[in-house]
Amino acid sequence: MAEQPSRRGVLGTILSALAAPFLLPGKLFAALRSPRKPKWGMVIDLDRCTGCQSCVVACRVENNVPVAGPELNEQDRAIFWMDMLTVPEGKYPDLRTQFIPVPCNHCENAPCVKACPVHATYINEEGIVAQIWGRCIGCRYCTTACPYSRRYFNWKAPVWSESQKQYLNPDVATRPVGVVEKCTLCHHRIRARRMKARLEGRELTDADVRKLPACAQSCPADAITFGDLNDPESEVSLLSRSPRAFKLLEELGTHPKLTYLREAKWKE
Amino acid sequence: MEGVEKLRFDTEGILAPLENTGRRFFVACGLLLAVIAWGGYAYAQQLIHGLSVTGLNRPVNWGTYIGNFVFFVSISLAGTLISAILRLIHAEWRRPITRCAEVITVLSLLFAVVNIGTDMGRPDRLLNCILHGQFRSPIMWDVLSINSYLAASILYLYLPLIPDMAILRDRPTGRWRWLYRILAIGYCGTEKQHKWLERIVSVMAILIIPIGISVHTVTAWLFATTVQPVWHSTIYGPFFVVGALYTGTAVLVIIMALLRWGLGLKSILKDVHFNNLGLVLMAEGLLVAYFLLCMYLVEITGAEPHIMKVVMSEIKGAFAVPFWLMILVGILFPPLFLSMRRARTVGGCVFAAAIVVAAMWIERFLIVVPTLTQPRLPWREGVYAPSWVEWSITAACLAAFALLYMLFTKVFPIISLWEMQEGIEHGMSKVRRRHEGYLPERLEKEKS
Repeated sequence: MAEQPSRRGVLGTILSALAAPFLLPGKLFAALRSPRKPKWGMVIDLDRCTGCQSCVVACRVENNVPVAGPELNEQDRAIFWMDMLTVPEGKYPDLRTQFIPVPCNHCENAPCVKACPVHATYINEEGIVAQIWGRCIGCRYCTTACPYSRRYFNWKAPVWSESQKQYLNPDVATRPVGVVEKCTLCHHRIRARRMKARLEGRELTDADVRKLPACAQSCPADAITFGDLNDPESEVSLLSRSPRAFKLLEELGTHPKLTYLREAKWKE
Repeated sequence: MEGVEKLRFDTEGILAPLENTGRRFFVACGLLLAVIAWGGYAYAQQLIHGLSVTGLNRPVNWGTYIGNFVFFVSISLAGTLISAILRLIHAEWRRPITRCAEVITVLSLLFAVVNIGTDMGRPDRLLNCILHGQFRSPIMWDVLSINSYLAASILYLYLPLIPDMAILRDRPTGRWRWLYRILAIGYCGTEKQHKWLERIVSVMAILIIPIGISVHTVTAWLFATTVQPVWHSTIYGPFFVVGALYTGTAVLVIIMALLRWGLGLKSILKDVHFNNLGLVLMAEGLLVAYFLLCMYLVEITGAEPHIMKVVMSEIKGAFAVPFWLMILVGILFPPLFLSMRRARTVGGCVFAAAIVVAAMWIERFLIVVPTLTQPRLPWREGVYAPSWVEWSITAACLAAFALLYMLFTKVFPIISLWEMQEGIEHGMSKVRRRHEGYLPERLEKEKS
């Protein structure tokens, strides 16, 4: 007598037959998809950071951020794409200061992107929270919505002296009065490097981008690392899985692509 | 259609301004125009120098303009409340009030939009909201709901105006008759026209309530959908509706008193109307107090550190003086004051209403600013005081509001003539019939 098929076996066959049309195309298309897009991220090692602020200066020069001057600084209107947060820790006499360089966190669930009424800020296909200054209407809703206060409004038209004009970076557009600007993860440098790599007949490697943004390049303590979070073997991926890793305001569910490293437990 | 002479009440105060203009009117216009011109100068400065002429900064990048915006939006509920709600529940005392309330709605929405314009860094790119509109953003929800409300309330102001236009068109003499002829769109008061008009007005009265509530709720969502401390709260939508009721009614009381004084409408806007609105204001004040209690009690007992920083800045920090003034004088005192029958005179109601309007402006300011002064990360705390430009533009908006209101009374009757007439002719019998409907069936022998 032939073996009776078990009830579980029959049900299993039916269920997989039903599920197949839903599961298979996904796998098929995944294989056919164009080469994997990178997802850019950054790791800042606070145990290495000396608080020298060279990242702050390098960012300003690279991205044509106007020199603030004492007046705008006094009015809390200076622009710092990369800014240094100084947090005193402990009580006198056991007092120390933690320096935290804070660029845009490039959140995956970005509150600013949800806020913008005109699609002037969006997450581009490589994970960068980008800003279109030519479209921004200056409502400052994104600035208000950002829990990290990492967005800056141009309260005044930028002023450049003759000598400053000579060293403006031709790769980055200057911003007009009345729009919001922010860190772009130096996407112009990424593009230039990719172009160069393609001319050499290859794709970008981790070594190409590791120190690519101006802040990372200028850091004397080698505290800032940049790279592709979609590549599990890249240095940023490895570091962001470190037991020392944490993110700012993680509890808000914004999922920043910026990770910090610190031995001691961090409290805000 | 009966003419003006058939109206069975004193129309002198309503119709005289359409014909003659006194010196008092020109003086008032001149003063208001001066304030508006000064505001125009201030705005020109802002256009030239950018928003750096305001007191705004990082992190307080929203301030007086957004506070004004929320304030003007909240005033706009006056029209919906008085004319739509009271019309639907057949409150007979609404008749002289409906139109002056509806005008408030239309004008306040206009100035809400103006304040958004002044707050924008690039007003020249306003069109981007249409070209690149992104409906994930609560700002676009607000654009949509405010425009719908503006359109609906203009229609709702216009529809009950049609019979009055016909009455004024049919006068033998008088100014503006060409305009009334156009606006009356051929209305001549036949039974069929009257029935249709009543029907459309009722439909609009029902429609405008959800649209009106949506405006206040969506304006609250502008704040509540962010993750910022205190703003990110589910109670904000209904709280804004309640606050708008309170502010809107208070503004209505003040404007009614001004009309009564300026146009001599003592026999139409009577003491009883102020008494009733005083009671409405009292109830709304208690509602606002209840909502504030719900918000602050829950936030303080929850004691989440980021929220506490904002709450403490209000309770005993930089905003303590305006905060306690607002709570004690603006929210708690007016309901207590208005609960006394003797206080609900015209003067008493206006006194309470003026306090309420000032307090609710402060309340709007305190919704916007304290949260922004306390960034979540330990950046420098924000400090903000409005600059002369912001004060000037605020004053100019209020002056322009008053000026447009005055101009409206010069062209259109500010009291609905036909609704008053209808109240005199049919109001009594309608109420009697309704009242008899509530009573128990009487015994046969009593009937005979």
